[in-house]
Amino acid sequence: MNDALGYARYELLRTFRNKRLYIFSFAFPVVLYYAIAGPNRHEHNFGGTGIAASVYFMVGLAAFGGMTAVLGSGARIAAERAVGWNRQLRLTPLSTRTYFRVKVLTAYAMALVTLALLFVAGLTMGVHLRAGNWLQMTILMLVGLAPFAAIGILLGHLLTADSVGPAIGGVTAVFALLGGVWFPISHGAMREIAEAIPSYWLVQASHVGLGGSGWGATGWFVVAAWTVVAAAAARRAYARDTERV
Amino acid sequence: MKPDPANGNGIELRGLKKTYGSPKGPVHAVRGIDVAVEPGETVALLGPNGAGKTTTVDMLLGLQQPDEGTVSVFGAPPGRAVQAGRIGAMLQTGGVLRDLNVRELLAMMASLFPKPLDVEETLRLAKLDGLADRRTERLSGGETQRLRFAVALISDPDLLVLDEPTVGMDVEARRAFWSTVRELSGTGKTFLFATHYLEEADAYADRAVLMARGRIVADGPTTEIKALVGSRTVRATLDGIPIEALERLPGVTRVERHGEAVLLASSDSDQTLRAFLDAYPDASDIEVRGAGLEEAFVQLTADEQEEVAV
Repeated sequence: MNDALGYARYELLRTFRNKRLYIFSFAFPVVLYYAIAGPNRHEHNFGGTGIAASVYFMVGLAAFGGMTAVLGSGARIAAERAVGWNRQLRLTPLSTRTYFRVKVLTAYAMALVTLALLFVAGLTMGVHLRAGNWLQMTILMLVGLAPFAAIGILLGHLLTADSVGPAIGGVTAVFALLGGVWFPISHGAMREIAEAIPSYWLVQASHVGLGGSGWGATGWFVVAAWTVVAAAAARRAYARDTERV
Repeated sequence: MKPDPANGNGIELRGLKKTYGSPKGPVHAVRGIDVAVEPGETVALLGPNGAGKTTTVDMLLGLQQPDEGTVSVFGAPPGRAVQAGRIGAMLQTGGVLRDLNVRELLAMMASLFPKPLDVEETLRLAKLDGLADRRTERLSGGETQRLRFAVALISDPDLLVLDEPTVGMDVEARRAFWSTVRELSGTGKTFLFATHYLEEADAYADRAVLMARGRIVADGPTTEIKALVGSRTVRATLDGIPIEALERLPGVTRVERHGEAVLLASSDSDQTLRAFLDAYPDASDIEVRGAGLEEAFVQLTADEQEEVAV
């Protein structure tokens, strides 16, 4: 376990040194939040959701930033593969399990920072929630990010360093749109599609902020199913990747 | 005390075969090779591109599974030797992690091994003392190679596998690199290096293993390999004499013609030269030199290609 901690420490250090990350995972969602929620800050029933715009977009952009942050591990993995570093790691006692754990841990560390920044931005926009609700909301969002953490690792082992950036951007954009990051998805076919998508449940964490119910059985099932499938695919991609010349 | 290679103390590759699928049909990268390396030996693995060197190195390191045959490193499968930190390697694909400085990267790798070398000691051995605080992405090509060497050393391995280790190094760095290898091989470490610089194999290896088209075409001390092909070359300017006539001269093993110049590889250059001058007194610009490993290499791998073509 000692080796995993030492390794994780340096992995975190180098991830937080990457300046591009600050722009895309941290600054970008915060700026967007002020730009979108700012003009609607007095809207207390945003799009008929019963949720204030300041809360809705705080959670929406935390979901967006969190997805960007955890999918970002894909970019790091692809870059490491490009210089042959994963082959070098296979010549160390580092286990596959620890390798994945450290990747997930690093991805979540990034996501936590993004969430914290958005929550602070929310406070400045007059968001007031009870401590228990903040906590519940954070936990739901961290759980909801699990499938995206797996998708990040999957893309990192599937794609090259050149193509992984656009792929992550595209994945984030589609999931953000279908999940209701930019506008609430309240009824019709869109809603039915959205309910099968994990990013929808990320955004639904905003209901908890108002003392509303959490996800219900559907939400937990969808998030769990996506996590299991994406993690299995990531495992396969890793196995295939390591067999190659 | 030289341990017997048969007792499994060294490195043993037995009957290794590896075939890949490709759109053009199967590629037989390695077609059945046997190599045994004793602890403390420094062995060069030579061969043209596509000879199967990197595939062999990958199987030795456990990065690829052979289709047939076995690999034993210090009496165990390569995976066990890796777990124990007994193998260090500089792989051919060349890069290092960015966003860390040199010392941090080495400390990160050291944290993964049971009994790593001291980071400062490793910096000294790889001649990186002055660069410890530099970010890895700001290193030159040669400096990156030195860092990759340091990464190979960090576990304090008993076997070092170096795939084209001096690519990108200038002459000075190359000399310093090999002096470190000498220093370490003096402490009993085993070295296996693949290289295109034949003079490096000649100068620094106890033994050379030549590969071509997935097979071993020669294996022995570099001096023996040179003797195998013809130890000297006689070069002269001489026009209009058919190659067949020159091939009949005593000692001649091979003849080449480049314009007006003829090149005679000979196993006994003294005899060859006497007979040559008797027969062709107007030959000029005569030169006699010891054949480098390069000539040996060209001839041995050419023979192999002919054999395959038949």
